[in-house]
Amino acid sequence: MIKVRGVDKAFGDKAVLHGIDASFEAGQVNFIIGRSGSGKSVLTKCIVGLLEVDAGEIKYAGEDFTSLSTKEREPIRRQIGMLFQGGALFDSMTVLENVEFPLRMFADMDAEERRVRAMECLKRVELEGAEDRFPAEVSGGMQKRVALARAIVGRPGYLFCDEPNSGLDPQTAIVIDNLIRDLTHEYGTTTVVISHDMNSVIEIGDNIHFLHRGRVAWRGDRKGILNSGVEELDKFVYASDLMRDIKGKLQGR
Amino acid sequence: MGLLFHIGRYFAFMAAALRRPQKGRVFAQSTLIELEAIGVQSLGIVALLSLFMGAVIAIQTAHQVGGWVPAYTIGFTVRQTMILEFAPTIIPVILSGKVGSNIASQIGTMQVTEQIDALEVMGVRSISHLVLPKLLAALVIFPFLVVIAMVLGIGAGAWICNAADLSSFADYEYGIQIDFKAFDVAYALIKTCVFALIIASVSAYHGYYTSGGAREVGRSSTKAVVYSVVLVMVANLVITQLLLT
Repeated sequence: MIKVRGVDKAFGDKAVLHGIDASFEAGQVNFIIGRSGSGKSVLTKCIVGLLEVDAGEIKYAGEDFTSLSTKEREPIRRQIGMLFQGGALFDSMTVLENVEFPLRMFADMDAEERRVRAMECLKRVELEGAEDRFPAEVSGGMQKRVALARAIVGRPGYLFCDEPNSGLDPQTAIVIDNLIRDLTHEYGTTTVVISHDMNSVIEIGDNIHFLHRGRVAWRGDRKGILNSGVEELDKFVYASDLMRDIKGKLQGR
Repeated sequence: MGLLFHIGRYFAFMAAALRRPQKGRVFAQSTLIELEAIGVQSLGIVALLSLFMGAVIAIQTAHQVGGWVPAYTIGFTVRQTMILEFAPTIIPVILSGKVGSNIASQIGTMQVTEQIDALEVMGVRSISHLVLPKLLAALVIFPFLVVIAMVLGIGAGAWICNAADLSSFADYEYGIQIDFKAFDVAYALIKTCVFALIIASVSAYHGYYTSGGAREVGRSSTKAVVYSVVLVMVANLVITQLLLT
């Protein structure tokens, strides 16, 4: 699990995170939701070490990540898989080489074992047949799925997904949601998903943090999110017609 | 940002770049790819420019000194110009435009599309992973390119002397042998290696610290070429002063 305590982060005079406390449980799909500019991406970058916190601590399985040197962080980082919003695929490599890359760098596997593992992951994201193509030759949605395959190929203990469904058609979005949930439960992964997609939150979210103006304004499970009593969260949740319909149906019961 | 900030960050960047590779086989493959990209793909332009420059120097020398100095002076001047300055300095300057901008834009694009973040999150030391193969490849391949440029330039001078009847081949051959100092070639190769390191590292530095989008990648690429050329010229003066006086 990952515990975040009292994290502050500012860029110059502009404070982005204020005393963030959060807990992301193992074997659960943990969501960070909030409006644009609420600090979700900055918080995630702090958690994975792409940004340094100004104050506070971030603990991976009890070990304080913030106090470790870059070299000392490497063993933890090798347990992290991350799906970036834009995919962040290596454009000089084929799809298969992208997925194999973490194994080439860190796993004690021969070429055939790597290929088999990478192909398994591509199959799980429904991308068999695309392995020899380059990222520029596949659609944005397919790039996202390749990036997810790359994130899970090392069977990470911690999986971070930044807007995993953005740019995907609804059917593929469901496949990706189900895959994230299944992997989390199958391997006991600590999964952190940053999303605006309330459908995903309601479908697979076990533990939800709502960020508002750099603070955790609400935390709970998916049942509680529909009746949180937090005005800003209600505005966020019921911003879409679909969610208003769900609310209407719930109130009509 | 101040000059001191950049100098400090550049040396920290180089310290990170020179760390031991995490995976030897991946490093070796990356280096081979860079040797091809930096060396083989630059061979055409290097050969073309060297042939023309060798021929032009021969014609200019004949034009300037024809009639009042011995004809072998043409071969001597072509040799000295190609070995001392054109091949080891002008060729790297030209390569800083081709190779340097390529390195800066490649790494800059990786930065703005979060590919470098992806490497870091995986636990890959991105600076060493991306930059060390380029440094090594430049260090190995630039001297080869420069030697090829010397040979082709001197050869082109011989060809034009014969074709345009500027001097006899025997005079030209005598000229390229007279007062030959092997140290001149060593001096040329030493400064080529220094220039290779400057071009690869300065370009990689500007690419790595790109932030923003396509426009900033373009800016980094331009800065990489400008700073590389200026530093090459400064280093040229310093090395020449140290080794030839």
